[in-house]
Amino acid sequence: MTRLRIGYIPLVDAAALLVAADCGFAQAEGLEIELAREVSWSNVRDKLNLGLFDAAHLISPLVIASSLGLGHIRVPIITPFNLALNGNAITISPQLHAALSEFAVGDLADPHVSARALAQVVADRKARGVEPLNFGMTFPFSNHNYQLRFWMAAGGVDPDEDVRLVVLPPPYMAESLASGHVDGFCVGAPWNLVAVEAGVGHILHLGYEIMARVSEKVLAMRERWANDNPEVCAALIRALVRAAEMIGDPAQRKAATEVIAPRIDVTPDLVERVLAGKILLSPNGPTRNNPNHIIIGGQAATRPDPVQAAWFYAQLVRWGQAPLSDEMRARAVVAFRTDLYDAALGSLPASSAIPADGIGAFAGPEFNPADIQSYLDVWRKRPDRPRLSLVR
Amino acid sequence: MRKGPVSSGVEPGGQRDANLKIAIVDESAVRAAILEDGLREAGFAQVSRIEETHNLLARIYAMDPDVILIGLESPSRDTLEQLFQMSRVVKRPVAMFVDQSDRASIQAAMDAGVSAYIVDGLRKERVTTILDLCISRFNAYSRLQGELEQAKGALEERKLIDRAKGILMKAKGLTEEEAYALMRKTAMNEHKKIAEIAQAVITASELLR
Repeated sequence: MTRLRIGYIPLVDAAALLVAADCGFAQAEGLEIELAREVSWSNVRDKLNLGLFDAAHLISPLVIASSLGLGHIRVPIITPFNLALNGNAITISPQLHAALSEFAVGDLADPHVSARALAQVVADRKARGVEPLNFGMTFPFSNHNYQLRFWMAAGGVDPDEDVRLVVLPPPYMAESLASGHVDGFCVGAPWNLVAVEAGVGHILHLGYEIMARVSEKVLAMRERWANDNPEVCAALIRALVRAAEMIGDPAQRKAATEVIAPRIDVTPDLVERVLAGKILLSPNGPTRNNPNHIIIGGQAATRPDPVQAAWFYAQLVRWGQAPLSDEMRARAVVAFRTDLYDAALGSLPASSAIPADGIGAFAGPEFNPADIQSYLDVWRKRPDRPRLSLVR
Repeated sequence: MRKGPVSSGVEPGGQRDANLKIAIVDESAVRAAILEDGLREAGFAQVSRIEETHNLLARIYAMDPDVILIGLESPSRDTLEQLFQMSRVVKRPVAMFVDQSDRASIQAAMDAGVSAYIVDGLRKERVTTILDLCISRFNAYSRLQGELEQAKGALEERKLIDRAKGILMKAKGLTEEEAYALMRKTAMNEHKKIAEIAQAVITASELLR
């Protein structure tokens, strides 16, 4: 038995790791996983960097940031396994929901409509001299940050100038919404449902409505560790794939939720609803039912996709967290190790569910990983900004 | 608010370092107090504790510290990371007290359960005392916690055993010594702790009541 110490944050998207460790899949591969529960991504990153963890459940963009040495020391981190696609949601306060409804031209469920309404609310507050809106997200290098920004910017809001984005630990999100500390947030499961069930929030958009397919969490490891332990790494990938298959299989899902729930301190019922994509949008409101809410097994979700890595790098550049260079782009793309995944398993057939450009964002041009500059230029040239000042 | 730039020459040390502004962010008020006391004893006069997690960044901006110490069990560490991304807002960006050459000290800090951030440009040697002190206080605190937990556990076990003894004495007409001997023998036979047997006796008696 090879002992592995793997860090995780109690979130539904750690499911494949938890099931691999607790349902015997790791053991079948000769691995004994000791799960170490953490409270912050900073802790997970540092313990992984220092070698206190062999691997870790990590927000996908942080793999790229760490490999590029952004905001921290540079430690080449890679991922040979994608733990989950999608799974986030944007939740807002009832007050902001009312304000958006007032300005909305069309159905607020359409992110184009809601983003334009947000721009009107922002302009209206500015005109009245009211403080800018605050939005919570989980980490500077996270989908939560990028999804909020992408959505807002599509409506003409400058996320750096017109609103405030603040990092909040997920367990504080609902409470911060209730207290008015933030007007909305973007976070993963179970925290949106927690806010809705507490009666303090409305889910405005599920993550897949902003981007149809985006890597949310990966199993991350030091590049050096992966190179030094190829057999262990392959065994771990196989164990995780089996676990993800179990979670993706509706017939076995219930058994999986029984194992996942106690590891993340929620009820099995809540885990099951999240995994099935049955999401209650507002207190006593409608339930959205979409299997793409979070994708763990199936749809080639577990295979790391370099297009996703390039997408994250493009977000880093777009929001001023990294300069654009071919060298950095190349370093980012090789952090998502499809080769290790394929070597461990034999490659999977392409999934028909994958959007043409691999991402499927609701606005903007198709993403072209080979030409990030042109992709970002389109956004820069958009004449959305000046419209803000016309609104009264 | 602004302090002079940190010169690259030899610092006179003591006097100026005592003026370093230190912020402590810790979930454990007791541990933060222990650390604060230690820092004050060591001559650092400007130490502040932040217990409130809301508006953490606003409070940090207002305080404008040179060094931030944060317990690893505080989820607010991620909030602090945002400082790196906001150099436009904070005039003096804060950098983490780690670089490749610092492995040993950062590992010691991680083991102790603490992390440190320092103002960019502040020389590491100037904060070594602070970090060392922080590590030793955090370690002392967890030892203390461990001993306290053990003492609490022992007390709980003693209480269980006393209750079980009483039950056995009453039910079987045993003396105190005989009741204890019976539990000890059972524990040895079943490879269990006496406290576990005591718990079983109590549970059984409650079921049979």
